[in-house]
Parts: sequence; structure tokens; C-alpha cells
Amino acid sequence: MSTIEHHGTYQPTTGLGKWMDARLPLPRLMYDSFVAYPVPRNLNYAYTFGGMLSIMLVLQILTGVVLAMHYNGSTAGAFTSVEHIMRDVNNGWLLRYMHANGASFFFAAVFLHIFRGMYYGSYKEPRELLWILGCIIFLLMMATAFMGYVLPWGQMSFWGATVITGFFTAFPVVGEPIQQLLLGGFAVDNPTLNRFFSLHYLLPFMIAGVVVLHVWALHVTGQTNPTGVEIKSKTDSVPFTPFATIKDAFALIVFFLFFAYFVFYMPNFLGHADNYIEANSLVTPAYIVPEWYFLPFYAILRAVTFDIGPLTSKLLGVLAMFGSIAVLFVMPWLDTSKVRSAVYRPWYKVFFWIFVVNAIFLGWLGAKPAEGIYTFLAQISTLYYFGFFLVILPLLGLIETPRRVPNSITEAVLAKSSKKNGGVTQVSGATASPDNKA
Amino acid sequence: MSDTTTTEHEELPTRRDFIYVATGMLGVIGAASVAWPFIDQMRPDAAVLAAGQPIDVNLEAVEPGQAITVTWRGKPYFVRRLTEDEIAAADALGEGDMKEFAPIDTRLGGEEVKDWVIVSANCTHLGCVPKVVDTKPEGWYCPCHGSVFDMTGRILRGPAATNLPLPPYVFTSATNLVIGTDQA
Repeated sequence: MSTIEHHGTYQPTTGLGKWMDARLPLPRLMYDSFVAYPVPRNLNYAYTFGGMLSIMLVLQILTGVVLAMHYNGSTAGAFTSVEHIMRDVNNGWLLRYMHANGASFFFAAVFLHIFRGMYYGSYKEPRELLWILGCIIFLLMMATAFMGYVLPWGQMSFWGATVITGFFTAFPVVGEPIQQLLLGGFAVDNPTLNRFFSLHYLLPFMIAGVVVLHVWALHVTGQTNPTGVEIKSKTDSVPFTPFATIKDAFALIVFFLFFAYFVFYMPNFLGHADNYIEANSLVTPAYIVPEWYFLPFYAILRAVTFDIGPLTSKLLGVLAMFGSIAVLFVMPWLDTSKVRSAVYRPWYKVFFWIFVVNAIFLGWLGAKPAEGIYTFLAQISTLYYFGFFLVILPLLGLIETPRRVPNSITEAVLAKSSKKNGGVTQVSGATASPDNKA
Repeated sequence: MSDTTTTEHEELPTRRDFIYVATGMLGVIGAASVAWPFIDQMRPDAAVLAAGQPIDVNLEAVEPGQAITVTWRGKPYFVRRLTEDEIAAADALGEGDMKEFAPIDTRLGGEEVKDWVIVSANCTHLGCVPKVVDTKPEGWYCPCHGSVFDMTGRILRGPAATNLPLPPYVFTSATNLVIGTDQA
């Protein structure tokens, strides 16, 4: 295995380096993980979101820690302290806008990262745990974002928290005690805000811990690639640095250009004007809408408008919403196809893109009022969401005829480049590792 | 090492097995009793519970046709005094007019205080606070999603499926209402 060959190439050159290496080989770990680490030579830009996400996590923690220095986590002071950050604190507006928009961009990147994994079959054996760890990170991110949105104590904060914690009342008997346990009272109030602040500060560090496991698992199995064929020989891979590092860095810069545009030119585009009105338990905003990244799940929640036997529509809606995330966890076992990448699965490819469009459509529906035609469309859309996982994935693997999968990454790369060069295969240059290309 | 032979001859379960299980059990009990305060602290604290005690509402100033909003346990409640006409309008409604039928008597204060309606002020659809209207037989209109309730808070039409819930309450006199308990 090339993985093994590449490891252990670290040679400390300085005296301090040698001293360190014999005691705590941290530089060696870093070198083996992020410099010499072999990555498939055919990784495309869809594979750059992982690196981006780790940078976003660091950025969110940094901006969050400094915002907490000025924030007041009580119902009496929360709203004014956010206005204080915006108006009085030096560069406070910038830090807050980075943090708020950073959350949105974090989710945008994580959605693309998940779609990448679904398209190229990154969840399949032997990467099931890697995938599940990712799902756990996603769950933690949602909990963090939800609690973070409550902290400014605006109208949408308050009513969003009321609606979301109200989900638990859908469960018979235990529902109400659980809701009171979460709120620390009978309604969203000071105890709720306090604990949400505490947990909002804690969860990112838990995410960071799971990210370490996620990257560890990734480095055990190695990355997937557009062909879905594992690294078999030295020519299939390139070292992480400079190849992946540069590609990640370029993608990051492009990503940050969009991010900066939002932060500086349309910082409130993704927010809600109602959240600049202080929380008031006696007045509700006309429409209670969650942040955009929750909208598809919100649409699934509201799509269930019918009772089934003793189960109320409210309970079923909550179960459907949690189920829409839970189903991700078992995806590795729902997909019966032996072929990893959608590139060689003509039908899966079609259903995958319908899934993506459907997910975006669900998001659009989530922002619409839950009535009339929108409810009907949300029901159809929800049906496809679950159908994709529970019906299409298991059946497709049995009936689909995949295209021929290349024997190796190198073969796939050569076939591509020979097509580009009008059928002339440059055997000598291309079989060599890109390392040795002049 | 010479012990090995003797323990093999001991009958199962051995004394050592017992000690393992007993230690383990004690460890589990210990961990659970340490974990409990960490979970228990999240429940509503004494101050919240005290603030959640039943509240007194003085009704002296409320004339027929008026409604006031009071807060109990952080949530708003309507206390509305109906006129004769309004009660008649609500009484005229039949089972077919509403989505969840409830006899009018169950919605009003009681024998001596028949003109009072005490209901939750959070719409049963998504929790918005409905507006008080007086377009008989309509008594409340929710501006969020258009649910309409009658004079006694029964759902007439709109996305909400259930009537405005009744909190526990009791009249201790004709002008004093206690919300939060039905025990006088």
C-alpha cells in the first residue's frame, strides 16, 4: 500500500527537531498527515470543502470568543448588548457580521460537502464511520446554530426558540417535562437564554473534537476520488503538499470572496428584519421562519398535516423531521450498489441530481406559508426525500447496470487526457507521478 | 501464579466474580448519583416555580365588551368579559360552524360569572397572539395565518385545528380571578 510507503518519510533536520521527535513527535504527525500524506491525483474542486469547513470552524470560534467578551447573556441585557457590539465596540459590527454570515457559509459549505460525499459514494465501505462522524458533526452544528440564533434575543430568536422547543410537547406524557427541562421554566425566558449561551459556547469545541476523529478516520481509509477506485500504486497519488494544499487554498480564497461580499455589502441578506426587534412574549412576528439552512427540514416538519391512528400530525411531523436526518446515518447500509462513484452509475446520477433539486425546492417551500398548494408540494417533496433513501438506494443497486469502472485512478486519468489530446496517449509523461513532471 | 490452580477448582461464580460485579454496580450507582445533580439543575428552579404560582387578577375595572391580557408563567392569557349579545352570538353557533366543537358552557366562567372567558392567548396553530375583534360571532382573529376563533375561543376556520386552551382558573369572588389553579 502506498499509504504505508509514504508514511515515515519525515526526517528532522535541526537539533531541536530531533530532540522533539524523540519526545513528542507532533511535527512528524503533522508532516505525515498534511505534507507527505498521499491523496488521489484526480481530486477535483468538490473535494476542497473539507478543508474549508475546518477553517470556518476556527473562524467561528475566534469571532465567537471575542463576541462573548461583549455579550450579556441575560434577557435584560442581551438585546442591548448586541446593539452595543454593533455601535460601540471597536470593529464589533465586523466581528458580529462575520460570525452571523459565517454560520450561513459554514452550512453552505457543509451542504456541498455532504452532496459531494453522496455523489462520489464517500459513505460506502470502508468509510461508514467516517460518514457517521460527519453526520454527528452536522447534528452538532444544527444545535449550535439554533442556540446561537436565540442569543441576540430578537423577536425571531424568541419565537424560533418557542416553536422549536415546542416540538417536544408533541411527544405524549414525557413531552412537557422534557420541554421544561430544556427551557428551565414554563416558557422561553432568562434561564433558557443563559443555558443556550453556555451550550452555544461549549458545542463548537465538541464539534472540533469530532472533527479530529473525522480527519483521523479519513486518514486511516484515505480519501475517495471521482473514480471511486482506491489508491493502488504510487502513480495514483500525489503528496498532500503542495498539490491538495494549493487546491484547497485557491478554493478557500474564492469561497472567502463570496463570504466577504456578504459580510461587507449585504450582511443582513440572510437574516430576518424581525430579529432587530427585541423579544416580546406578547407579540408574535407575522411569519416565524427559521434560518435558511433549516428550511428544508422545516418544510418536512410542516408537510405532515394528517393523523395516523393515535399519532397526531404534530408528532408525526416532528418524527419526520428528525427522521430526515437520522436516515443519513444509515445511508451506508441502504445503498446496495457495489460501485462507489456516481460517475459509473447512470441511474443513480439522475436520482442524485433530482435529490439535490428536491432538497433546494424543500428549502424554498419551507419559507412559504404552510397552506394550500405549498403543503401539497411539500408532501410530494418529502415523499421523494425519504423515497430516495429508503426505496431508490436499496433497489437501484440491484437493478442498475453500472458502466465499466477503471482498473486504477491512473488509468482513468490517462483515458481522460488521451481524449483531450485527440487520442494520442503520452505514455511516458503521464504514467509518471505528477511529482516528476517538469 | 500458584494460585491459578486453586482458583480453577473453586466453584463458579467465584468470590472474585462477585467482587467484580459488586464493584461495577456500585460504580454505576455512584456515577448515576453524581450525574443526577447535573441533569436536575436544568429543571425549573425555585424562583421560576415561585413566579409560576397562581396569580390574582382584579376584574373590577373590566366592563362588558372589554378584554385584558395577563401573563402567567411567561405566557399571555386573555380575560374577556362578554356582553349579552356576544354570548348570544356564541350560543347561536352549532357543531357545523366550528372545527372542534365544545359546548358553550364549558368555555365560560361558570354559573355566577357566565360573562367571562379566560383562554390562552397563543394561537393553537403556531403560537401567535390573536387580535381581539368584535365582528360577531368572530371574537379573535390571528394575523399570522388567518385563524378565526369565536367569542369563547373556539376555532371557526383557518389553519389552527384546536380551540384556544383554557388555563386552570377559579373565581374567588365576583371581581377576583385566580389563574393557575382550579382550587378555591
